[in-house]
Amino acid sequence: MSEHPIALTINGQAYTGRIEGRLTLADYLRVNAGYTGVHVGCEQGVCGACTVIVDGRAVRSCLMLAVQADGSEVRTVESLAAPDGTLHPVQQAMRDNFGLQCGFCTPGILMTMAVLHDRKEPAGEDEMIAAMSGHICRCTGYQGIRRAIRQLTGSAEPAQEGAH
Amino acid sequence: MNAPGGIGAARYIGERMPRKEDGRLLTGRGTYVDDVVVPGMLHVAFARSPMARGRIVSIDTTMAKAMPGVHAVLTEADLARIPVTLLSFFMMPMEVETTLLARDRVAYVGDPVALIVATDRYLAEDAAGAVMVEYDEETPVVTIADARAAPPIHPDAASNVAATMGEDEPNPDLERALRGAAHVVERTLTHQRISQSPMETRGVVSAPQGDEELTLYITCQSPSVIARSVALSLGMPDLSIRVIAKDVGGSFGLKNTPWREELAVIAASLILQRPLKWIEDRLENLISANQAREQEMTLRIGFDAEGKLVASHCDYGINNGAYPQGADANVAVHAFLWAAYKMPAYGFLTRGWYTNTVGLAAYRGPWAMESYGREVLLDIAAREMGIDPIEIRRKNLVTRADQPCMTAFGMPLEDITPADCLEKLLRHFDVGAFRAEQAEARKAGRYLGLGFAVYIEPTGTAGSMPVMTGETVSVRIEPNGKVQAMLGTHSQGHGTATTMAQVIAEELGVRYEDVNVFEGDSSRGGYGPGAAGSRQGVIGGGAAVKAASLLRDKVKQVAAHVLNASPDAVTLERGTIRVAGAEEMTRSLREIAEIAYGEPARLPHGVGTGLEVTYRYDPPPVTFTSAAHAAIVEVDGDTGFVKIKRWISSEDCGVMINPAVVEGQIAGGLAQAIGTVLLEEFHYDERGNPTTATYKDYLLPTIFDVPDFEYVHANTPSQAAGGFRGVGEGGAIIGPPTLVNAIADALAPFGEIPLDLPLTPAKLLAVITGKPLSPQHHAAHPAAAAGDAAAPAPTPDDPGIAAVLAGVEPERIDPPTAAGAAVDGTWKLVMATPMGPQEMTARFATDGTTLMGALESPEGSQEFAGTAEGPNLRWEMKVTKPMPVTLKYDLTVTGDTLAGKCKMGMFGSAKVSGERA
Ligand code: FES
Ligand code: FES
Repeated sequence: MSEHPIALTINGQAYTGRIEGRLTLADYLRVNAGYTGVHVGCEQGVCGACTVIVDGRAVRSCLMLAVQADGSEVRTVESLAAPDGTLHPVQQAMRDNFGLQCGFCTPGILMTMAVLHDRKEPAGEDEMIAAMSGHICRCTGYQGIRRAIRQLTGSAEPAQEGAH
Repeated sequence: MNAPGGIGAARYIGERMPRKEDGRLLTGRGTYVDDVVVPGMLHVAFARSPMARGRIVSIDTTMAKAMPGVHAVLTEADLARIPVTLLSFFMMPMEVETTLLARDRVAYVGDPVALIVATDRYLAEDAAGAVMVEYDEETPVVTIADARAAPPIHPDAASNVAATMGEDEPNPDLERALRGAAHVVERTLTHQRISQSPMETRGVVSAPQGDEELTLYITCQSPSVIARSVALSLGMPDLSIRVIAKDVGGSFGLKNTPWREELAVIAASLILQRPLKWIEDRLENLISANQAREQEMTLRIGFDAEGKLVASHCDYGINNGAYPQGADANVAVHAFLWAAYKMPAYGFLTRGWYTNTVGLAAYRGPWAMESYGREVLLDIAAREMGIDPIEIRRKNLVTRADQPCMTAFGMPLEDITPADCLEKLLRHFDVGAFRAEQAEARKAGRYLGLGFAVYIEPTGTAGSMPVMTGETVSVRIEPNGKVQAMLGTHSQGHGTATTMAQVIAEELGVRYEDVNVFEGDSSRGGYGPGAAGSRQGVIGGGAAVKAASLLRDKVKQVAAHVLNASPDAVTLERGTIRVAGAEEMTRSLREIAEIAYGEPARLPHGVGTGLEVTYRYDPPPVTFTSAAHAAIVEVDGDTGFVKIKRWISSEDCGVMINPAVVEGQIAGGLAQAIGTVLLEEFHYDERGNPTTATYKDYLLPTIFDVPDFEYVHANTPSQAAGGFRGVGEGGAIIGPPTLVNAIADALAPFGEIPLDLPLTPAKLLAVITGKPLSPQHHAAHPAAAAGDAAAPAPTPDDPGIAAVLAGVEPERIDPPTAAGAAVDGTWKLVMATPMGPQEMTARFATDGTTLMGALESPEGSQEFAGTAEGPNLRWEMKVTKPMPVTLKYDLTVTGDTLAGKCKMGMFGSAKVSGERA
């Protein structure tokens, strides 16, 4: 077992420590740093629930070792809302559109959306939906996620919302 | 919208209120089980069987125990210090011995063999790899076809039949009706194995607090069910168990019951007196969490010349795996197969089979195969008979004018609306225009298809099965005027805190924002089975209606007294109390609540302090939900790839509490249906090795696989309080036939599509090209694919089946010819019912060929009269519980034992065995 020193920033806060080489970034964030909004759904790099932002890029924290994040700036879902509690636009869009049920997949989806939304030239509908192909949601059938993306990208409203 | 509610009251029922759950879940502040940390907590990993079947020669834990950070390595011999009885969802013990860890044999790949406790999960997994187990490998039984032919996999089972019901020999009347039918369709359909795949895997934190208290954090479907079940399993009635499950990342039937791993962790924590955490990883979840749906069905349907139903028979089998969560023949398939249709005669044989695969658990709409079989065969029949698929349904669906009535299965039926759902659907969809488009497209070599399906579903069942109970809601208005509600409902994504708050706010007359709902803690809510059988809206909602309206009455009574007004003149709206015609009397709810709590002298005579009500609601025995769906697909002629272009749901789920939640439930179920039809397949090779143990191999639907759904809310209020109907499972039931019918329609120019799910592009391409599939892993199930289930009634030279047919050893099939076997006296009988073995005491007295007697069971004693022809005893008796049914016993006495069966009307037949007391 090898121990390595790391120093990184998580949600604007400096962290240092000695960790084992094999510790995943997901486990470091959850267990060592207490950011339990990082969810581990598969540990196989498929479901996307563990997605966090590392130096501005959406990354699967189950596939990255914590030591690889040495010197990086990491953001988790806990950092998305403003300090006064105002939701980030991607959070608000998901809330407005019933984009979540159990909420387990949600933090990863939000982080991918946030990267695409916050960059200089925000992604359009097609690009955002394409990025969602890397996230599995077992609950919602993606209906509200797609509506949230349409709201965020200003594309047409969803076809119909139920006839009564 | 169909919202009830007082005049001028704030309407919340029927509104798309934002979810109360979302604030925490969107910000990463939810509490799932892996987020729980208890001081002193250690971590568990399991060493698991690498083979499907074998004897354990030895287990050596020395090396594992010596590894750094390891606190304990426990085997079944260690855990056996606490004898644990595994229980089904119905709280019944298992039919075959089911231990927490494997004792002397392993029965599936992933069977847990040792439990390792270490300071962290990494170290626990290291040690799991160092547990040395020597096995003597045996030939596994993997498929239903294997199970039919093989000797029993369990030493304590007579055969591989885990459970059976129905007619084990052809029914002459039914066969005659089918032979006389103008048109008969018969097909065998197979359904692949499905992993429920909640995004949060199973997990538990078990924290003993001394010998008398245990706190469990566990991901589940109902904390109160877990508390009850664990207490019974442990046989520790004095242990005070509190179960907490704040947020759950989906379940879909998987987390109904605590199973081997969870109970092993609980037992280990009690033995070690340390808090233990086990979080299943995805590999474990895919190979060793119980799964669902591996089934086959041979369905025959007879029609008259006009296309009206004449008779039907179904032979059905379901793979129970090694250790099902209750041996299961899935009789509900038969109860609902024809429930929505006018079917004059129906017969069935239904069996569950033990195999060396991971055991059977529930999955959203466990009986869904009935809709798949029926709706797909109706379309095939329509095509063969040249009838429109809509017309064949119109001719046969039970309409309002037909109700109340009895189903072919013998079940009373009332308040179903499938025909109305279909007509309302058709008003939103121009079939003629589609057919024209389809014809044009075909000319251009594009294959569009339209599929319909119609179904009904029992929801909110209560009172007929002991675990399916009512729900309790406690509501109190705090002195500060805020409302706290404690519920036994439980969300695994259902949003019940939202929907229940909507009901309470509207019925009570307060703001939605002022209602806090607390669930997920067995020490708070009353007993309730949680999310099982689409019941929370119906029963929890009904309880919320009742509790809130009782509390509103008390508020009015207190306010009227305090304000010196008539209670009829008092209204409570949005938390403000008004007296009609006296604006100056207006008070906030808080002012009245402060008096109700703090100034008893100002309360009406005989009225206690406080503002709180607890109400337990028992709904009608069953509330039906109906629906009709339509889907349009395009199948790519070059690739066999299916693109879903449109999907319309027309459902009657009663009064909607929150349409967005309703639509979310339907959409989630439909997405799972799409996975079932096109993508998902949990597969074993012929040695019982799972070959789909990651999500790269087990394909779940992504955003590209699921279209935008459209909804026609064809709602009519139910007879339950509030008028709600359940909607949790429907999409997963009606979705598969809707999609399969659309694909079949698209490819009709090429011939018939296969009916073995999933319909992969390769299978569809084989239809399009006319070239059979090249052999691939499906060849592992040749017998199943070739329609083994389609074989005629089993022959007596099949020893396994023969034993089942007779319910006894083969030599007892033929009654002894010697007459006059001594019958009189007291006998101990055991009847194998779907809810487990039922013990009874029978007393017989014969007089010539007349039989008199009495049958005693825990439910009471009942007398009967029948015939005794030699050793052959026959009698009938009517019972009213759990359902009204006539029981027909047919038993044969051989010496001091007897055996035979009891026909239980709609429930088919149950084996009966007994011996002289
Ligand atoms: S947990 Fe990282 S992708 Fe699934
Ligand atoms: S909301 Fe449950 S997995 Fe997406």
